[in-house]
Amino acid sequence: MALPVAFFALFFAWPVAAIVARGLKADGVWQWGRIAEVVTQPDIRHVLWFTTWQALASTALTLLLALPAAYVFARLDFPGKQVLRAVVTVPFVLPTVVAGSAFLALVGHGGLLDELWGVRLDTTVWAILLAHVFFNYAVVVRTVGGLWSQLDPRQEEAARMLGASPLAAWRKVTLPALAPAVAAAALMVFLFTFTSFGVVQILGGPTFSTLEVEIYRQTSEVFDLSTAAVLTLVQFAAVGAILAVHAWTVRRREAALRLVDPGATARRPRGAGQWALLAGVLVTVALLLVLPLAVLVRRSLDAPGFGYYRALTNADGGTFLVAPVHAVWTSLQYAVAATTIAVVIGGLAAAALARRDAGRLVRGFDALLMLPLGVSAVTVGFGFLIALDKPPLDLRQSWILVPLAQALVGAPFVVRTMLPVLRAVDARLREAAAVLGASPWRVWREVDLPMVRRALLVAAGFAFAVSLGEFGATVFIARPDNPTLPVAVARLLSRPGDLNYGQAMALSTILMVVCAAALLLLERLRTDRTGEF
Amino acid sequence: MQNKTFVAVAVGLGLITLSACGSTDAKSSADSKSVTLVSHDSWAVSKNVLQDFEKKTGYKVHVLKDGDAGQAVNKAILTKDNPQGDVFFGVDNTLLSRALDNGLFQPYTAKGLDKTGAAFQLDKDRHRVTPVDYGDICVNYDKKYFADHRLTPPQTFADLAKPQYKNLLVTENAATSSPGLGFLLGSAAQFGDDNWQGYWKKLKANGVKVVDGWEQAYYQEFSGSSEGRKAGGDRPLVVSYASSPPAEVIYAKKRPGTAPTGVSYGTCFRQIEFAGLLGNAQNPKGAKAFIDFLVSREFQEDMPLNMYVYPVVQGAKVPAEFTEYGKAAEHPETMAPGKIAANRDQWVKSWTSLVLK
Repeated sequence: MALPVAFFALFFAWPVAAIVARGLKADGVWQWGRIAEVVTQPDIRHVLWFTTWQALASTALTLLLALPAAYVFARLDFPGKQVLRAVVTVPFVLPTVVAGSAFLALVGHGGLLDELWGVRLDTTVWAILLAHVFFNYAVVVRTVGGLWSQLDPRQEEAARMLGASPLAAWRKVTLPALAPAVAAAALMVFLFTFTSFGVVQILGGPTFSTLEVEIYRQTSEVFDLSTAAVLTLVQFAAVGAILAVHAWTVRRREAALRLVDPGATARRPRGAGQWALLAGVLVTVALLLVLPLAVLVRRSLDAPGFGYYRALTNADGGTFLVAPVHAVWTSLQYAVAATTIAVVIGGLAAAALARRDAGRLVRGFDALLMLPLGVSAVTVGFGFLIALDKPPLDLRQSWILVPLAQALVGAPFVVRTMLPVLRAVDARLREAAAVLGASPWRVWREVDLPMVRRALLVAAGFAFAVSLGEFGATVFIARPDNPTLPVAVARLLSRPGDLNYGQAMALSTILMVVCAAALLLLERLRTDRTGEF
Repeated sequence: MQNKTFVAVAVGLGLITLSACGSTDAKSSADSKSVTLVSHDSWAVSKNVLQDFEKKTGYKVHVLKDGDAGQAVNKAILTKDNPQGDVFFGVDNTLLSRALDNGLFQPYTAKGLDKTGAAFQLDKDRHRVTPVDYGDICVNYDKKYFADHRLTPPQTFADLAKPQYKNLLVTENAATSSPGLGFLLGSAAQFGDDNWQGYWKKLKANGVKVVDGWEQAYYQEFSGSSEGRKAGGDRPLVVSYASSPPAEVIYAKKRPGTAPTGVSYGTCFRQIEFAGLLGNAQNPKGAKAFIDFLVSREFQEDMPLNMYVYPVVQGAKVPAEFTEYGKAAEHPETMAPGKIAANRDQWVKSWTSLVLK
């Protein structure tokens, strides 16, 4: 437990506290009065209101579109299901810059819809909402679908036998059992959309601003650190509240249900209703998830003979000091380092949280571990700059800074994946092994490890994909001569000309393929007790 | 029960961190033979020119590009007690007061400062910053559009609000884009503190379009740039730079006989960029040599085609494309850095609620 606590204290709590203190402390005195001043400004109130309602709307829309898919994945069996499950997960780990530009290519100026029907959705709130659905579809499908597939269908069938209509049986039997998972998924989606940054920045135009975007603007452009600090605290409070509710629903879910093997609950679709549902889900996935990605790939192939891909190996473009393809290698190295750190930190935290004698305090840490997901990357980035600047911890020039920041985002995923599995390991097995004379190391190696190995691999895979795609903090601290893939994409996008745009699309495609490959590998390993993502 | 693993892993992680620190120390401990420049993403110099400097002085130059101009300044201020480099280039007159008031720089009178124009020396008394280049933020027009429609292109700020130019102008968000801010400051300088809001009301009624950044405005919305034409841009007026027309000529696939775009010289706002010796620099001697280099004739003449700006040193030659298609403005709007500092945030705020909301 000590190591994860130290890690989060040193690389998360301290930098964030340092930057907040820089903003809110004048002459050594905390200016708490600023909080009331800032949150009553009409502009800020407008931002708070927009942040909240767009998150609610995005969550509702995501649930509406993704719940049928959760059912389809849970209850229906059809060829290509594994591949499809990987496909819907790809957007979740894609960097927001890539997704943002994919959507721009679809609904923006000169985009596909513009060419076909003259419809433009960029700089409208619809583009933001649709992009949020694109990102979070998998959260609902995996969280709700995962549980749904393990609910015993015979309970619902029994209700039907006793005379309940299909709807009533679903409402009275299945829905109550699913409710905690739906709530957990909805809260996760709400958290991700409440703190949305890249999507709003790219698709929202100058009129829309979420809390996170406003923190970025206040810190990076207006340089009003005290307003930024207040907004950071507001976001902290909001995220903390969301996480507390989320932790509560998770505990309820773990507590009550008797689950069955998911392999036994899925059947081939029967009847017109199920076929129609399956078709509807496939069409939604095709239009909303696959189409933007396909547009991206097509644009990367616009130049004859893979011209954009070949241009990536050329260092003379001037955008970087190195050939853009170098970013692939850099990214992989960073992601491996970040994954190692995330797995070690997250794994240790999960092990500590899973112990039956863990107290309330430790359980509270469970929710705290999720906080890095909800804190503005620019706050962390600036915090790193001013907090980690003295020997022996002057890391500002060091390459390790990037993996550290990425691990902050990856570790929560590791914890969430490992925790349910670790909790399921029967303590008596360990005790039996110990009684038979095994050393603690051997107990771990021969009892725990075989049982959690798959979960560990899945967790590592997720941490890897998330690190690979992390943008917000990385763009802030990555060294210019060593850009990661998402940073290189963003920089190419900000440069003029077809060649740069095409290269950005080509790099995005490479990134997408790497993420998809990692996910497909995970699908093979997927243990059905693991995780919410 | 799992103590040994904990220990093993902890040691492993410790080693990673230590090795990281080790490599850091090797890099950051400034040997006096290297000088680190902190700048924004637009910094560019020809390789051979920089090599000349390194050969002559014996310093190895490290460059740290630290985001766009605003971000780079803000980061430098936040880290000023323990700076990331020795010399900073790229603070302009709109942000100068922020840098000076926060004590970012220490005074240094560059060799060759006397050859720069007096109008560029905005810290004449204390020499904390040295002017390096300037540019003009001006409305550009699409020559073909105005020829096809038999319209005279607008020349002044006031022209832009006239009905014949309705729905033609695209500009940038003053809160997020430096040309956007420059255009706002230009209008404030032209119409005065009390009347610029009335001007923007007229512009809004005349259909001005606002986008977030210059790239989007120039490469997607503007009909005069080659990319904008391809993207189907339909605005023949854009807030850009006086040096944009030469770029259209130089980067064209087939070199046109004349620039496809022109500059409305009555709509210009002057931007001057400065360099300074960072307080607490580890190698002040090297930093000073580098500042001297920035105002040397060699660098000043290399600069225009790399960063699309004009030299501040009198007599420095500019490329023919610049004199032909993109001269600097003769009478641009200007504003004292102190006045900009006092009003910038308030003006941007009222501009935002006036134009965007």
